[in-house]
Amino acid sequence: MSELSKLKIAEARDALKKGEVTSLELTEACLAEIEGADALGAFVHKTPERAREMAEAADARIKAGEAAAMTGIPLGIKDLFCTEGVDSQAASRILEGFRPEYESTVTRQLFEAGAVMLGKLNMDEFAMGSSNETSTYGNAVNPWKAGEQALTPGGSSGGSASAVAADLCLAATGTDTGGSIRQPAAFTGITGLKPTYGRVSRWGIIAFASSLDQAGPMTKDVRDAAIMLQAMAGHDPKDSTSSEQAVPDFEAMLTGDIKGKTIGIPREYRLDGMPEEIEALWAEGRKMLEDAGAKVIDISLPHTKYALPTYYVIAPAEASSNLARYDGVRYGRRAQLAQGDGITEMYEKTRAEGFGHEVQRRVMVGTYVLSAGFYDAYYNRARKVRTLIKRDFEEVFAQGVDAILTPATPSAAFGLGEMQDADPVKMYLNDVFTVTVNLAGLPGVSVPAGTDRQGLPLGLQLIGRPWEEGDLLNTAYALERAAGFVAKPERWW
Amino acid sequence: MSIDQETAKHVAKLARIRVEEERLPELAQEFNTILGFIEQLSEVDVEGVEPMVSVTPMRLKRRADAVTEGGQPERVLKNAPDAREGFFAVPKVVE
Repeated sequence: MSELSKLKIAEARDALKKGEVTSLELTEACLAEIEGADALGAFVHKTPERAREMAEAADARIKAGEAAAMTGIPLGIKDLFCTEGVDSQAASRILEGFRPEYESTVTRQLFEAGAVMLGKLNMDEFAMGSSNETSTYGNAVNPWKAGEQALTPGGSSGGSASAVAADLCLAATGTDTGGSIRQPAAFTGITGLKPTYGRVSRWGIIAFASSLDQAGPMTKDVRDAAIMLQAMAGHDPKDSTSSEQAVPDFEAMLTGDIKGKTIGIPREYRLDGMPEEIEALWAEGRKMLEDAGAKVIDISLPHTKYALPTYYVIAPAEASSNLARYDGVRYGRRAQLAQGDGITEMYEKTRAEGFGHEVQRRVMVGTYVLSAGFYDAYYNRARKVRTLIKRDFEEVFAQGVDAILTPATPSAAFGLGEMQDADPVKMYLNDVFTVTVNLAGLPGVSVPAGTDRQGLPLGLQLIGRPWEEGDLLNTAYALERAAGFVAKPERWW
Repeated sequence: MSIDQETAKHVAKLARIRVEEERLPELAQEFNTILGFIEQLSEVDVEGVEPMVSVTPMRLKRRADAVTEGGQPERVLKNAPDAREGFFAVPKVVE
């Protein structure tokens, strides 16, 4: 039975269609794996009964010949997505007990396509973190190990990454504000895609930084990312920033032929003190794409070094506005009040005990950079630099570059607790290669491409032109085939 | 730009997050680390550059100002920590 949870979406879809397996069998296999994997801390709200009902409905639909690509596919859903009647708390204490009366657009589309929800997945609180250590549920753990040390699966979509890498589900949803899909995908040896800003509706996804947030698939390979993106994408009248661009058949665009494509290698992504293994992997990736017939050229994105500081103005600023809604009035937790406490005490106590330290810190930094006297110096300046960062990309695309190849992360997965005493900026550096993509609104994908000397997975990132996820995924597909990454974590949980 | 404890206290107040007095020095220190990091932005020449308002060139759509999914107060109030007679309930605001 346990072999079934190892299937990819495409394999399961084909087997379901041929009647070789039922969705209920797939679902039971995943549920059994989840039951035995509490040590990974990936699934934080399990929904086995709902999963079985959804699987039975999917089987009936397949039998009736009305199956879509995602029909009957068991998924994990990041806790950031509002799911009707099921706990959705963004891994925060402040949303304890919150059961939405509505369904996010992404999950609604997936479920209407017949996908099965196995449960909700761990993450950093309000998606703020790069190690899944800020969650109110406790850490999610990487199924990969180097020696005895427990490793982070990355963040913020750490539970999603851990669950997919450990074969607890066939695929999972993630969200990415500064690298939260691509960094954990790289740390766990899976594929993670952040689509173009506006490709996927943000409606019903608990907001962190609205101008940067985008949901995407976390899957076992590139083909699965194409299939799952198809079901997640599309215009939604409930999200005024969601695009009316037509959604092409992404899977049909995976030919593996990248002859004549131009791939750019940005010199500013070569960091001082970058581990040799990352440097070597990047060089190998370049060679693989050249061997596949692409023209690889050196390019310059001059404002790269300002991306992280820009992000750490804009993201906290937007977060401080978005998180103002958690006030103990409409949903979630309200602090116990003392005799004579008024409404201000209610807000202050509720937010002090409901938000963890990292969230408090970011909300306050955001409040500061938006406050009178500093708005121009910090927030407006950051928005101007953001314009320049986007312009850097527009200029290289105008020169004929089709995609950009970079490392996904500056290191392999690090140990849980290792960054505990580091200052917050050190943790922020994890997103150095991914954050530019959010600031420019571009699609980016992380593909597992090799291992370090401890045997831990490393990823390469490809960045594409806006709205060209199909072309980007095709380049990623060529890279995936050349890299031939098939390693799996050894089971210890 | 350096943040002292008084400023940290003021920011916490603006953000409506209660911070105990003894935590203020540490908080001010963290702010200074982060703001020191952000300070790099002052080197960038942004003369004549427009601040970004939308990452994709699109006009935000408007819709008719009409009730779409209204008329369900019970569901709206369902997750409230305190609700009475069809309203959210909070501590007394005015005497």
